[in-house]
Amino acid sequence: MRSRKHIYISAITLLLFVGLGYFLVIEERPGARFPFSFGLDLVGGTELVYTADTSNVSDVGGAMESLKEVIERRVNIFGVSEPLVQTESAGLVSGHSVERLIVGLPGVTNIDKAIELIGQTPVLEFRLAKPDTQKIVDANPKASIDELFTPTGLTGRYLSRAVVEFNPNTGAASVGLEFDKDGSKLFTDVTSAHKGEVLAIILDGAIISAPVIVDEISDGKAEITGSFTPTEAKELVRNLNYGALPVPITLSTSQIVGATLGEVALNAGVRAGIIGFVVLSLFLILWYRLPGLVSVVALICYVIISLIVFKLIPVTLTAAGLAGFILSIGMAVDANVLIFERMKEELRKGQSIYQALHEGFSRAWLSIRDSNISSIITAVILFWLGTSAVKGFALTLGVGVMVSMLTAISISRTFLFAVAPATDTPSKKFLFSNGLHK
Amino acid sequence: MVILSLVAMLPFGFNMSIDFKGGMLTEVTFQERPLQSAVESRIAALGLGGFSVRPSGALNYIIRTRVLTNEERQIFMEALGNPVVDRQNTIGPVAGAELKSKAVKAVVAVLLMIILFITFAFRKVSSTGLPRASRGVSSWKYGLTAIIALMHDVIIPTGIFVVLGHYIGVEIDLLFVTGLLAILGYSVHDTIVVFDRVRENLRINSEMKTEEDFEITVGKSVSQTLGRSINTSLTIFITLLALYFVGSAATKDFALLLIMGIVIGTYSSIFLASPLLVTFYKLQRR
Repeated sequence: MRSRKHIYISAITLLLFVGLGYFLVIEERPGARFPFSFGLDLVGGTELVYTADTSNVSDVGGAMESLKEVIERRVNIFGVSEPLVQTESAGLVSGHSVERLIVGLPGVTNIDKAIELIGQTPVLEFRLAKPDTQKIVDANPKASIDELFTPTGLTGRYLSRAVVEFNPNTGAASVGLEFDKDGSKLFTDVTSAHKGEVLAIILDGAIISAPVIVDEISDGKAEITGSFTPTEAKELVRNLNYGALPVPITLSTSQIVGATLGEVALNAGVRAGIIGFVVLSLFLILWYRLPGLVSVVALICYVIISLIVFKLIPVTLTAAGLAGFILSIGMAVDANVLIFERMKEELRKGQSIYQALHEGFSRAWLSIRDSNISSIITAVILFWLGTSAVKGFALTLGVGVMVSMLTAISISRTFLFAVAPATDTPSKKFLFSNGLHK
Repeated sequence: MVILSLVAMLPFGFNMSIDFKGGMLTEVTFQERPLQSAVESRIAALGLGGFSVRPSGALNYIIRTRVLTNEERQIFMEALGNPVVDRQNTIGPVAGAELKSKAVKAVVAVLLMIILFITFAFRKVSSTGLPRASRGVSSWKYGLTAIIALMHDVIIPTGIFVVLGHYIGVEIDLLFVTGLLAILGYSVHDTIVVFDRVRENLRINSEMKTEEDFEITVGKSVSQTLGRSINTSLTIFITLLALYFVGSAATKDFALLLIMGIVIGTYSSIFLASPLLVTFYKLQRR
């Protein structure tokens, strides 16, 4: 019997989900291995404040903006999702201006690692040697870089890419740099105006090479030839590709901060979710009767799977992320509604319940597939191109839509076939039809 | 409505929040720290626009507001009960130039991919064996129509929010942007379901060799999906109403935005996208 097979599968699935639900509950106890990771807006986290040394920069605003971008990218790459990075300009009260960068990291785990990773961001600068370098060194052998070189404005912010290169003759490793459009133009200007002078490449405050400008370089490419081992070169390239800082920064404070929306908002949100879900379930059951009940069970399974996926990846839950989740619940409901409306049409044509189920699923499938593929396309592109908050939204939407396709099709289907009667009676037909009519 | 919304955006302008504009950050130490909600309501009473309060350490609050003038700063500190100020600095926006350009790029990419996808998924619609009159329009026009409906769905709530921003100070923050993205997703989803029915009816017509005017096929498809459109919207509507009435104040505007988006999105799939298909068809026949 076909429908007996479905009954067995349904029973196993139900048991499985009771187990998974239990897993969700025990994993919420303190000290659990897979806690939910909530964003800065919902539970707070750690705030790191960096002071930037902008004494050698003319365009302070631009440098700070690119500093913000580099740090944001870097924190994101290392898996701390949805950081809050902001520039701060002090001096409103005291008068002298200090530029700072505030980095807010959700949760309090891995803070030392985050500090370490931010600390590894290289500071890259190109500086011209002053014409009387030799005299300055003779007078003061300990002269600093600031005394010997003048900044050109060309810094790590204009770097688009770094690669490891090997000299074909000597086999020595070097680091090739490529500038972006603005950087290339600046590099052309500097090299054409200062032929014959020394242009030093300064990394983290140390001169690593000081070549003489032979000719104008207009292709936006430069090469650092120091005495690198291949390993050193690779490491430097990796760090440069994650972003090079335009100005040096130092960590001034790190402190634990609370949430902006706070626990109240989180609890209110959860309460709203539960109330919404209960009303929604009532509507589905009253309107779609037995299939409605099945879809409510499938929706509960859907919520359980999604929450477990959020825990395991882990997805940082913020207000934006929750928006994506709500939208995907809507789409999960839609899949069920589409199927039931299709079943109703088939029943009206006088088909048996069993046939109507089959037809309903197969006909609704195309529209469920196409509408969900378009949602997945949206989620993938937003995740790929977006920044922090947009990424969070895209991730929960994408996960939600994929899980909802699974539950709406496989779980609802199995359950419905399990409860479908082999023979039709008017009362059974009543249970499977919907709306206000009989 | 679209024109009205666009017109509203011009004189009123966007009421951008400190997420986009930057503002001022004040950290204060209290002898005895009041509740976060108490501080929030005291600042809200001043009517300084959007702000955020977060606790820090045991006795401190970090408060983000827009840049305050000297007088406003005095009133602000008095409202807090004159605690010790640890720092008071201007801050840059959370959503800087990079986010804006990236978000625009992402949305353009999404729109292009959706047109391409719909063109692909509906590639068979115009190659049926039906006579021209019942064949309808080529598949890329379905994609274009979906995008027009989508713009309609995104522009109108934005316009309404701009007007609300002008009169009752609703601000456009990062949450608003994600809300618009959600509407975008829903709008396409909803439109595709109706188009799918058109596609199916065209296929059935071609199998049955029924000659039917494209206009009638579209009309039939809309009425067949009407029950589903209304029920689905109703279910999402219920969830959002709960979020609006029970959820926290922070998500109220967000819920309102989504509610408008769902209502307008459903409306546009039925009354805008489908008639547009027929219009395209009539233009093509001329």
